[in-house]
Amino acid sequence: MEQVIANGFYLGAQYALIALGLTLIFALMNVLNFAHGQMYVLGGFISYTVYGQLGLPFVVALLASGVTLAVIGALMEKFLFRTVIKRSLREESTMLLAAATAFFFDAVILLIFGEKQRGVPKIVKGVFNEGGIIMPYDRMVVGVLALVFIAAFVLYMQYSRVGRAMRALAQDRVAAQLMGVQVDRYSMIGFAMGAMLAGIVGGLLVTITGVNSGIGGPISIKAFMMVMIGGAGVVGGAIAGGFILGMMESVGLTVLREYGDVTYLVIFAALMVFLSIRPNGLMGKPWG
Amino acid sequence: MINRRSTLKSMVLGAVSALAMTAAGMPPAQAQNKELKIGFVGVTSGPAAAWGTSNVRSMQTRAAWINETGGVKIGDATYNVNIVTFDDQKDPKRAIAGMEKMAQEGIHYVVGPNVDDGAAAVRPVAEANGIIYFPYAFPKALYQKPASNAVLGMIANYQSGPAIYKYLKENKGVKTIAFVAANESDPLSQRDSGVEAAKALGLKIVAQNDTYQNDTRDFTPVLTPIVSLKPDLLVLSGVAPANAPLLIRAARELGFEGLISTETAQDAKVLEEGAGEYANGFISVGGASTPEIASDMMKEFVSRYTKMFGEYNDESNTKVYALEYILETLKANPAAINDVGEFKKTMDSFSAPNPYLKGDAKLSYVGTTSFGQKRQLAVPMVVNEYKDGAFHTLFVGTVD
Repeated sequence: MEQVIANGFYLGAQYALIALGLTLIFALMNVLNFAHGQMYVLGGFISYTVYGQLGLPFVVALLASGVTLAVIGALMEKFLFRTVIKRSLREESTMLLAAATAFFFDAVILLIFGEKQRGVPKIVKGVFNEGGIIMPYDRMVVGVLALVFIAAFVLYMQYSRVGRAMRALAQDRVAAQLMGVQVDRYSMIGFAMGAMLAGIVGGLLVTITGVNSGIGGPISIKAFMMVMIGGAGVVGGAIAGGFILGMMESVGLTVLREYGDVTYLVIFAALMVFLSIRPNGLMGKPWG
Repeated sequence: MINRRSTLKSMVLGAVSALAMTAAGMPPAQAQNKELKIGFVGVTSGPAAAWGTSNVRSMQTRAAWINETGGVKIGDATYNVNIVTFDDQKDPKRAIAGMEKMAQEGIHYVVGPNVDDGAAAVRPVAEANGIIYFPYAFPKALYQKPASNAVLGMIANYQSGPAIYKYLKENKGVKTIAFVAANESDPLSQRDSGVEAAKALGLKIVAQNDTYQNDTRDFTPVLTPIVSLKPDLLVLSGVAPANAPLLIRAARELGFEGLISTETAQDAKVLEEGAGEYANGFISVGGASTPEIASDMMKEFVSRYTKMFGEYNDESNTKVYALEYILETLKANPAAINDVGEFKKTMDSFSAPNPYLKGDAKLSYVGTTSFGQKRQLAVPMVVNEYKDGAFHTLFVGTVD
């Protein structure tokens, strides 16, 4: 059972980091970014190229993933989402735009990086094996890094000037504008940060799970689940949702293994019941 | 004076001259060649893109090679081969649409689909429109009477599985076996037939219900309970090339010391990048590119494929064959070019040299034992063992 719990915590840490960027963009702009998974994939391929192919240090690869995705996110906000939000009276327009960008990224990634699964050399070799827990050291490093990134993000949002402005935007866009917050600027920064988080987690996890061009959609779906469990647009909720999903997956795959692949059936059924009772998720409204 | 009319005239003249010069530069045979369209309906996007992409690229590489060397002579005419592709996105509804597109284009020979449900879905369209298709899917009903238009393009797991388990039982002392499969129709049916084969050999099955979502990225939770059972052999039933290295790595990191095998084709580069030395000893089914058995023509195919697409895919060792079979059968009976009835008649007695294998191996249609009729390509059943970035032939089997 110790192994199952350790697996759950590790999965939870990586899931939480995946969900953070998605929930940030939703909180700031009310946009469900369907391309979040594709951004993760792009981050993974950038790390693969820089670290796996060019042989540069992993930190450089991670930086390249984060910065590239931040730039892409900023450009997407400035030239696509901002325009649509200003011109369209219907909220669904942004969802359609997000879905279109997801398909676009899927096609471009397949074209550039090909159809094969890609992987990189392990960043740390060896396996921890004590007290009934087996955990490769590279997973431990990635798990700790994920927790560090989550903590840094929460602190930045809580105490920095930019973070305060974004929280104000998420709480009440109009009121924030009346108080002098530059809505366009901070929306762009928020979108860039959300995309950057997706890129960083993709770059981080390429060392463990590799990457291939077709996994963007499934990653997005899992991220949506975590966000729905925790409460859309709530940072604490996304973290909680990630850990809950990770633990449910780990426990379910062990306890229910004799019944075939019913773990996700049970998770989805539980999610339906849960949302019918708490439609806003665990932590309810946007944070502020 | 230069006006709009004269500018347009100059442009048209220029274009015509360029076309004429291009045509003059082409070999005479190629310029007069007819066009032979061969279709592909399969998955070239999404998580399973590798399966269909290796099909398409094999066909495109071979077609380009044939066209470059003057085309293929069938009867009295010479043809350039044109590959018409359709990505079904692993969706049976799209596979039907793809096969209908092939019918509308007058195509009679189609490679694909890549998965069970797609292959089953296109059957009515293929039969109604006189199309012979070559699925990479295993349901026996597709190849048994009354069905007659589908020809299995590879070795089925219920043919390779028993051979692999028998070999490992006799040579590696395997006594206990565990199965893990993705929760999808192909891997599950492959698991079920693997379980039957293992039972028939008297192997003790310690796990057979463990499954995973095909989009799983971290397999540690899936494999934790299986590894604790310490089977001698872990079978990754119907595993996609993208998942194989992740499963192998997770199993080894959890301390699994037994053998790991699958009955699907894999790619050495993907295994090397994804699992590294953990993949050493992994057993899979391949085609004809291992150095021990590959002919010079196979080596040239690999070289041309690599030149054309930047990187070879070992799955193409098997997938190179479908187009070759179609063309060689048409050469054997040119009347089949627009009449699949003639093609079916020829299949029973067809035989031609296998250009991709050393020695005197033959191309022929098989499947009588499994399907009661010859509805399978005789591709070599090469069981490979992965070691340090390359596959090595463990043994070569045949199917009748």
